[in-house]
Amino acid sequence: MLNLLSIITFLPAVAAFIGAVFLHGENAQTQLQAKRLALFATLATFAISLILLFNFDPADTGFQFVEEHDWILGLKYKLGVDGISVLFVLLTTFLMPITIGACWGVTHRVKEYMIAFLLLETLMIGVFVSLDLVLFYLFFEAGLIPMFLIIGIWGGANRIYAAFKFFLYTFIGSVLMLVAMIYMYLQAGTTDIPTLLTHEFSAGPLTLLGWQIAGGAQTLMFFAFFASFAVKMPMWPVHTWLPDAHVQAPTAGSVVLAAVLLKMGGYGFLRFSLPMFPIASEIWAPLVLWMSAIAIVYASLVALVQEDMKKLVAYSSVAHMGFVTMGIFAANQQGLDGAIFQMLSHGFISGALFLVVGVVYDRIHTRDIEAYGGLVNRMPMYAAVFMLFTMANVGLPGTSGFVGEFLTFMAVFQVNTWVAAVAASGVIFSAGYGLWLYRRVVFGPLIKESLKSITDMDTREKLMFAPLIVMTLLLGVYPALVTDIIGPSTAALVEHYNDANGIVPAEAGMHAAADASHAPAAAAAPTH
Amino acid sequence: MTSLDLSIALPEILLSLWAMVALMAGAYFGKDRLAAALTWATVAVMILLAILVGVQGPEAQTAFGGLFVEDAFSRFAKMAMLLASAAVLVMGMDYLERAKMMKFEYPILVSLATVGMMVMVSAQDLITLYMGLELQSLALYVLAAFRRDSVKATEAGLKYFVLGALASGLLLYGASLVYGYAGTTRFDGIASLIHGDHLPVGLLMGLAFMIAGLAFKVSAVPFHMWTPDVYEGAPTPVTAFFATAPKVAAMALLARVTYDAFGHAPGDWGQILALLAGLSMVIGAVGALSQRNLKRLMAYSSISHMGFALLGLTAGTEAGVKATLLYMAIYVTMSIGVFAFMLTMRREGRPVVAIDDLNLLSKTQPIQALALLILMFSLAGVPPLIGFWAKFAVLTAAIGAGYVTLAVVGVIASVIGAFYYLRIVYFMYFGTEVDALDDDGAPAQRWLTLAAAAVTLLGVVNLFGIEGAASVAAQALVH
Repeated sequence: MLNLLSIITFLPAVAAFIGAVFLHGENAQTQLQAKRLALFATLATFAISLILLFNFDPADTGFQFVEEHDWILGLKYKLGVDGISVLFVLLTTFLMPITIGACWGVTHRVKEYMIAFLLLETLMIGVFVSLDLVLFYLFFEAGLIPMFLIIGIWGGANRIYAAFKFFLYTFIGSVLMLVAMIYMYLQAGTTDIPTLLTHEFSAGPLTLLGWQIAGGAQTLMFFAFFASFAVKMPMWPVHTWLPDAHVQAPTAGSVVLAAVLLKMGGYGFLRFSLPMFPIASEIWAPLVLWMSAIAIVYASLVALVQEDMKKLVAYSSVAHMGFVTMGIFAANQQGLDGAIFQMLSHGFISGALFLVVGVVYDRIHTRDIEAYGGLVNRMPMYAAVFMLFTMANVGLPGTSGFVGEFLTFMAVFQVNTWVAAVAASGVIFSAGYGLWLYRRVVFGPLIKESLKSITDMDTREKLMFAPLIVMTLLLGVYPALVTDIIGPSTAALVEHYNDANGIVPAEAGMHAAADASHAPAAAAAPTH
Repeated sequence: MTSLDLSIALPEILLSLWAMVALMAGAYFGKDRLAAALTWATVAVMILLAILVGVQGPEAQTAFGGLFVEDAFSRFAKMAMLLASAAVLVMGMDYLERAKMMKFEYPILVSLATVGMMVMVSAQDLITLYMGLELQSLALYVLAAFRRDSVKATEAGLKYFVLGALASGLLLYGASLVYGYAGTTRFDGIASLIHGDHLPVGLLMGLAFMIAGLAFKVSAVPFHMWTPDVYEGAPTPVTAFFATAPKVAAMALLARVTYDAFGHAPGDWGQILALLAGLSMVIGAVGALSQRNLKRLMAYSSISHMGFALLGLTAGTEAGVKATLLYMAIYVTMSIGVFAFMLTMRREGRPVVAIDDLNLLSKTQPIQALALLILMFSLAGVPPLIGFWAKFAVLTAAIGAGYVTLAVVGVIASVIGAFYYLRIVYFMYFGTEVDALDDDGAPAQRWLTLAAAAVTLLGVVNLFGIEGAASVAAQALVH
């Protein structure tokens, strides 16, 4: 299986092509065929990606399943995964069948909708498996096209504003990254990511417009990449596109956006910013840490006053992504493990929360919190699922949400106690908005006429939630499933980072590379 | 010696002869009855000539005592221009017939303009350069005013003529200064006079005037004022022609002059080109924002794209020339796709060109809308479409030559530009219901749009090999 990654990446695109060529018309039968095709393709992709997971060797911190071919303009088509990226591939392939399930009720231009999602899956997987700078950029950017169309065609009332804002915000971030990428290419003479990971970019002093720039060229490149990834994450203060995009996007679009697209930012920090610009990262880490802390508190407070369920979940996403950036820029073993864990866990939880909103939206066609109340009387099953994911979102021990938050807290506490303290208060707010939302929607007397005849979840919806529930609880009680796979790679990354900055780790035993394979167990131990 | 010389300029001679024969045929045999047949024949001649140019050996040959050169660079440009002209002729026919403008002079004028362009890109001497440029320009002036009874078209023709004559004057003045200070009109002679990294001030003055004249032809800011008006006023097939082959020719000529004659001092003209490139990218992008007319929008878009192409030349390196050539080839492909579609835009038989006429095109003509969507994202420079690779190549060249700030200006301009390309997508896919556009007839245009979109999409695999050709061409120009 030499081309395993190519197969996983392009299988959905092939299915999209088949759908585009062989399915015609807009009748019910074609619509069903299109949905079945998409579901089958995404399930098949997931099945093949499981082969990838089982053949993946966590002890090897290099890239595995590498494919390499010559391509245009002196670039290479090169794919591969390591401990940092492999689980993101799995997250994507795992969530896509659920996403397709979530759009089963769509009746408007179904074929195109399915094709857009299949293409999006190819592009998302491509981001995580690319080992060439420009190939990465290609997948990273191309994802904007289907997402722009998904929001713009199938979105809510104000979808056009949201689609443009989404596209232009992320585009301007990315083009600056492109300039930095070209600069790196010219400096290092290659776009090969494994080579660039070991290249030491100049960090000597540099004066620009009379300003002395600490970290020199590394700082400039760091901020160019930061512009792109921070918008994608999204970090405060460039998060404003996200609530708009989320609110206007259809349910399935929101799920993909929250669960996978946002992770590209975090992945980018781990793949590029930290290892390639370690000196600049170290210099600017306090800034990023404070931005993360502000994001956590600010977004949680904003979430508290939202009247729209989706907007509330969107702001909660911004807050949770704050934990991720906090963990990454703490730049120690727990931080990186925690950040990746938090991203995966957030993928399940926020995806599920958007589905939760989607379930009632499909029935009542409003997302106003005011319009609901007392759903528990008619929808006990729904109330239970909603409860589970609210708790996971708050970070209740026993759910995956807890592990990620705990690890990142532990990491940042070692680096900057004040940031940890501020961020911790965000957790309280998060419990506040989460539980308050739950009370307003689910509890209380059922007095609204429109809700009197609402029905509980049907089989399709239960099937959609089942895998998410399993994953949330499983990772909550046994996080080593994840940390064992990512541990060696993150340990190697931390070691590389510390070497570049001349940092001698305080707890040498825990970080020592010689003992890398045991590090994840040690890091994850307190959470058991 | 003489026979050898003629064979080197054979494509130009054949195309001129064909134009004469067609003129005779048209004049003797009942005028416009032959127009369609002549157009198809011209298309065939151009494609054959493109093949003829393509199969020449790789080495450079000079003719007419060194006034004219046939090298890989000129071959690349000539093939691009011949194929673009042929495509434009094919896609204009349906429109011209419906507008009762199918005159036999049309293919002849296009042929003559193409001959002019071919001479331009092969020029090795200021006189050859000027002859080619004027042959091209005079044919284009007439084409701009081709719809004689329309006030707008006449205005466009006149405007183009007056400003074009001014630009020719600037160019000629610059050429005379260069001649005065260098004592020769030959490019190699001028090049041999340049010692060190900087030009003598007299030559620099001459070069500045010449670049100003050529900037008018590529419609680079601040010499762009004519472009929106002429694009809007001229009949759409003529606009399509303006947007493609002459742009390639002018850009190639600019490369010829700067590299062949003044190549030893790239720092001097690099500054001028950098300014032109930066202004064009930004003003082209900003100017297009508020346009409601597709033709005007494409005019500003072309200004912005020319800025990007100039970015490659600015670099002053082989990689830069290669990037510019790639950019032009890719830009022409995308333009042909877009203009071919614009030529099919009719409502109840009347041509329309406002962008809101595209409202919900995705419902009535899904395949055309998809093709246009691909072309728009490509023009915006979104990967994996070839428009991105064009931008990538020029940005790499510019950053490699140290123009990092200019590259940043360029990418920001491309974000501004993305807005109006997206707006076209917005009208096609998210717009409101209006009367549908006619979707009958014009099969050739529709296929051209589809083909351009397919090339735009599939180019990601290997750019159809033009990268290698552009590389060889750049090597031929930059010694």
